Amino acid sequence: MSRIEQRFVALRAAGRAGLVTYLTAGDPDPDTSARLFAGLAAAGADLIEIGMPFSDPMADGPVIQEAGQRALKQGMTLRRTLALVRELRGADDATPIVLMGYYNPIYRYGAERFAHDAVAAGVDGVIVVDLPPEEDAELTAPAHAARLDVVRLATPTSDDRRLPSIVAHASGFIYYVAIAGITGTRSADAASVAAAVTRLRRFTDLPVAVGFGIRTPEQAAEVARAADAAVVGSSLVQRLALNLNPDNTAKPGLIDAVLTDVRALAAGVRGARRNPS
Amino acid sequence: MPLVLAVEEAYAAARRDQGFQAELDYYLEHYVGRPSPLYFAERLTRHFGGAKLYLKRDELNHTGAHKINNVLGQTLLARRMGKRRIIAETGAGQHGVATATACALFDLPCVVYMGATDIERQKPNVFRMKLLGAEVIPVHSGTATLKDAMNEALRDWVAHVEDTFYVIGTVAGPHPYPAMVRDFQSVIGEETRAQLEKAEGRLPDTLVACIGGGSNAMGLFHPFLDDPDVAMIGVEAGGHGIETGLHAASLSGGEPGVLHGNRTYLLQDADGQIRDAHSISAGLDYPGIGPEHAWLNELGRVQYVSITDREALEAFQLASRLEGIIPALEPAHALAHVAKIAPTVPRDHLIVMNMCGRGDKDIFAVADHLGVRL
Repeated sequence: MSRIEQRFVALRAAGRAGLVTYLTAGDPDPDTSARLFAGLAAAGADLIEIGMPFSDPMADGPVIQEAGQRALKQGMTLRRTLALVRELRGADDATPIVLMGYYNPIYRYGAERFAHDAVAAGVDGVIVVDLPPEEDAELTAPAHAARLDVVRLATPTSDDRRLPSIVAHASGFIYYVAIAGITGTRSADAASVAAAVTRLRRFTDLPVAVGFGIRTPEQAAEVARAADAAVVGSSLVQRLALNLNPDNTAKPGLIDAVLTDVRALAAGVRGARRNPS
Repeated sequence: MPLVLAVEEAYAAARRDQGFQAELDYYLEHYVGRPSPLYFAERLTRHFGGAKLYLKRDELNHTGAHKINNVLGQTLLARRMGKRRIIAETGAGQHGVATATACALFDLPCVVYMGATDIERQKPNVFRMKLLGAEVIPVHSGTATLKDAMNEALRDWVAHVEDTFYVIGTVAGPHPYPAMVRDFQSVIGEETRAQLEKAEGRLPDTLVACIGGGSNAMGLFHPFLDDPDVAMIGVEAGGHGIETGLHAASLSGGEPGVLHGNRTYLLQDADGQIRDAHSISAGLDYPGIGPEHAWLNELGRVQYVSITDREALEAFQLASRLEGIIPALEPAHALAHVAKIAPTVPRDHLIVMNMCGRGDKDIFAVADHLGVRL
């Protein structure tokens, strides 16, 4: 069983949904970033999503765009992101780690080499925002061979005609993008999220994680009642950004500030009673 | 994805509908002023002392460039799809002006994304777009140029997919855009074919066009691709020179990659991060090239070369003095390459170069480079 599978089995046994936290690798600098990621699991993150910085993040709002720019300025690369995961795995062999980003750095690195090196580093899954199911065989084939999950995205515009092709070669979990739009902008209402998750479950037995627009512990708890996991990204990155000096170096309290938010989100998710599914 | 699938479906249906083509033809003739002349450039021909040079005068189109051909096609498609809001990206501003023009014509709200850096460089076009009723939104993200404007337009589109149509300005982006924009621009090559047949009774020997994303070149080349005796040359912007790294030549100085929904040659670093393009001409300042050009390059069907800022500036002045045509800096790149090859071929060799835009927008930049204060 993969780490992702094990984690969702354990969550189901505990009768609760999981918290997935997103931060960008190397933001605001490689050292602070590594220490921050290392503290997430203890603060209550059930899955760790690590953003691979990209110069042209088309699906991201300003908050995550800026995180990527900060990381790139600090010399972050895909190779260094994998090294970061290797370092994290040295201390934590249980928490699933999923990389999220855009295809060009992976393509440049080589899809097959990426799948191999990612798994060797301890990565469990990958989400590639700009690779539609019609075009992703060159990544899914080597990924599946290397036992790297390829997490597919579904959105409010993914209709019943399209969902079967989205879930067809998906593995790990399905990432439901709760709004039509980009990260860190609007929030969906709880009822429409619940309806969407119910609809997705008609097409797949994979766990469903919901992200985009979840900012507060209350919103995370609402999503946790309907879905298998709630993903929080922009609000954590924003907390990080609020703890930067004008030259983008970390203020002393940065790590604590972000982890305090993670603890509050985790408490929200853990306190939410699951609706029977 | 469903949004581009909807465009693909609607475009396929429109292509089968003669009414759609008739409506487009009507506006191309009466609003744009097509067909544009195919003009025998006698003085340039004499100056080069070799090939007989014809200029396809797409700079005489309404709005001053070839961009309007494609914009009208896409705007009519948007109307057909019942979309009530148009968005576009623009670099130099020519595509933005063309889109704002079509939106004024058809009474559609228009939002144009433009890099903050480009807004500073292209103030006259920004003012034109505003006069035409468009909202110009400065893009500060990334490097604040054309690629970032395209990112921002895509972000807008996914958030407003219900009522919005994204008018892409070149033969790039997700399918069906590269093919659709090519089809709408092919009117350039189709007219050229008929006009040269009338003037010379035969096909051209060589076609030359400049390339940013590559829409004017694709429009000229495409109707001739199956004529093996017609040579084709695409001219990329070499900036300060390919070896300096400061250029916009994706084929000559880029590597394969994936961006904006298409796989093509891109300016990028070893980590796959997109590098900024540099050119004296903002319209060629795109770090990628249409995927069909990448394919034609690999087939060897089209030859791709590059011209530096300095060479383009010389050609800009040459066309102005010898033909009374102030070209845009974009086709000045094409003319600079014509200047290299025309003297080397016999006098019965027919070259057609696409004069895809006029130079009014560039006079400030050119004056600046020539050390003249306006």
